[in-house]
Amino acid sequence: MSILLQKPGIMTTVQDLGRTGSRRFGINPGGAMDRTAARLANILVGNADGTAVLEIHFPSPQIVFEADAAAAIGGADFAPTLDSQTIENWRPFFAKKDSVLKFSEKVAGNRAYLAVKGGFQLEKWLGSSSANLSAGFDGILGRRCEIGDRIVLAEKATHHLDGQGVRISNSLIPLYSSFPTVRIIRGAEFEYLNAAGKRLFLDHDFSISNNSNRMGYRLTGNTIKLAKAREFISSAVSYGTIQILPAGQLIVLMADHQTAGGYPRIGHVITRDMPLLAQLGGNDKVAFHMVKVKEAEDLALEFERELNFLRIACRFQANR
Amino acid sequence: MNKGSVRIFSLGDSALTIEFGNVVSEDLNRRAIALARYFQENQFPGFVESVPAYASTSIFYDLMVVRSNFPEFETAFAAVEHLARHALSKPLDLKADKGRTVEIPVQFDLEGAFDLAFVAQSHGLSPNDVVKIFTEASYRVYMIGFLPGFSYMGEVEKRIATPRKETPRLVVPRGSVGIAGKQTGVYSLESPGGWQIIGRTDVELFTPDAESPSLLQSGDQVRFVAIR
Repeated sequence: MSILLQKPGIMTTVQDLGRTGSRRFGINPGGAMDRTAARLANILVGNADGTAVLEIHFPSPQIVFEADAAAAIGGADFAPTLDSQTIENWRPFFAKKDSVLKFSEKVAGNRAYLAVKGGFQLEKWLGSSSANLSAGFDGILGRRCEIGDRIVLAEKATHHLDGQGVRISNSLIPLYSSFPTVRIIRGAEFEYLNAAGKRLFLDHDFSISNNSNRMGYRLTGNTIKLAKAREFISSAVSYGTIQILPAGQLIVLMADHQTAGGYPRIGHVITRDMPLLAQLGGNDKVAFHMVKVKEAEDLALEFERELNFLRIACRFQANR
Repeated sequence: MNKGSVRIFSLGDSALTIEFGNVVSEDLNRRAIALARYFQENQFPGFVESVPAYASTSIFYDLMVVRSNFPEFETAFAAVEHLARHALSKPLDLKADKGRTVEIPVQFDLEGAFDLAFVAQSHGLSPNDVVKIFTEASYRVYMIGFLPGFSYMGEVEKRIATPRKETPRLVVPRGSVGIAGKQTGVYSLESPGGWQIIGRTDVELFTPDAESPSLLQSGDQVRFVAIR
């Protein structure tokens, strides 16, 4: 009762919403890059938001369902097919035993999430099954998926979710773009930029360098320097922190970032817009728009309320 | 506590940092550790975790839970900031920071002491002098970061303090003991890194399945002991 990775894909990992409570030991939360997509895919199959999913890049894996399973795909659109039949993102589908899931084309975004009803049977470390590629674990907790990996389904499929049921309202589906404007709040060292530096940061766009990964996105574009060179002692950073590297380039810290850093922090991407950033890949572009903390919080709250409606609708559907 | 010198700022919309200063100081580090511990022991609704650094404490929170539990504040940030200011208005329990002393046996005569000769040479010392000066001192663990279980310790004596390598190594083996300026630290895992490597230890600094995965914790004192 498992799924089999016939082809592993370029970078397929198991991810949930990450592990918290261990930053003081130098252990980063990790977790899905696009948490919203992972949560939505889970909600669609009636799972708790934090159930582990597969995070899939393109070229993508080829997956055999070795048992019946209800599943959903969210996030990037890689034109998925099940036994050559097109399936839609953001919509639960039923995979019969021996059916094959393929992804044929990179249509939009860079990270897709596959959730199966009931989740996978996986080990947990510090409360999370998210792969941590630096801690030196054996097995799937410590590496990307390899050819021939089997991941056991935690639950036997009991009834069909035929895709005719729940759909996500358009307001919840993230509008991925290869050139989004993402909202940020100011970072502690923003004030050390002079007026010209602030304009270079906020009035111009940046490209995502190919030298970007789950730890961070390096941006190319304007060189930005503090008004006066300063040294900062290391302190905590977080997912979405925008730092200036010594040569004046920007880096945005992503899900697998280190827990502390000493580079100037000029901004932080707001939670609501992290999915837009998480779906970018090399050569995509991004622009930043600064908002107040209140607005960032209200946007997150508003989204959680909408998510709650969906959760109720999906439960209703599942219990029908 | 001197409130005037404390700066509190957002670290994203789900975390804030209380900054006591921008210098490496045992006093500021004590405060940072004590405040982080205060919040571990006095958790508020929505508290996720608190993390001490050299001279700051960061608090991560679930903004949804904070907002619904502290409706009198306009933002979750304002609520947690208020809680932090309140905690700082009382004397922090600095005595709790009586960190343990941990001895770490180190081999300095291995091939793995890649940069010992360079460190010695750049100060006009012999490798033995460097080892002697290095092991005579005791080092405070200021913070854990960079890698799981990697500790930033200080201060290394001026006579052997050496800047990072200009070009970092692609692979620094696990257990490597390094110097970066006045800091010292042990690579808890194999990793790329630019610190000057002067020895190696077999001690496990990072044990994933232990209750405390990091052998060292902020506030500990470390003594390196030369072994053969």
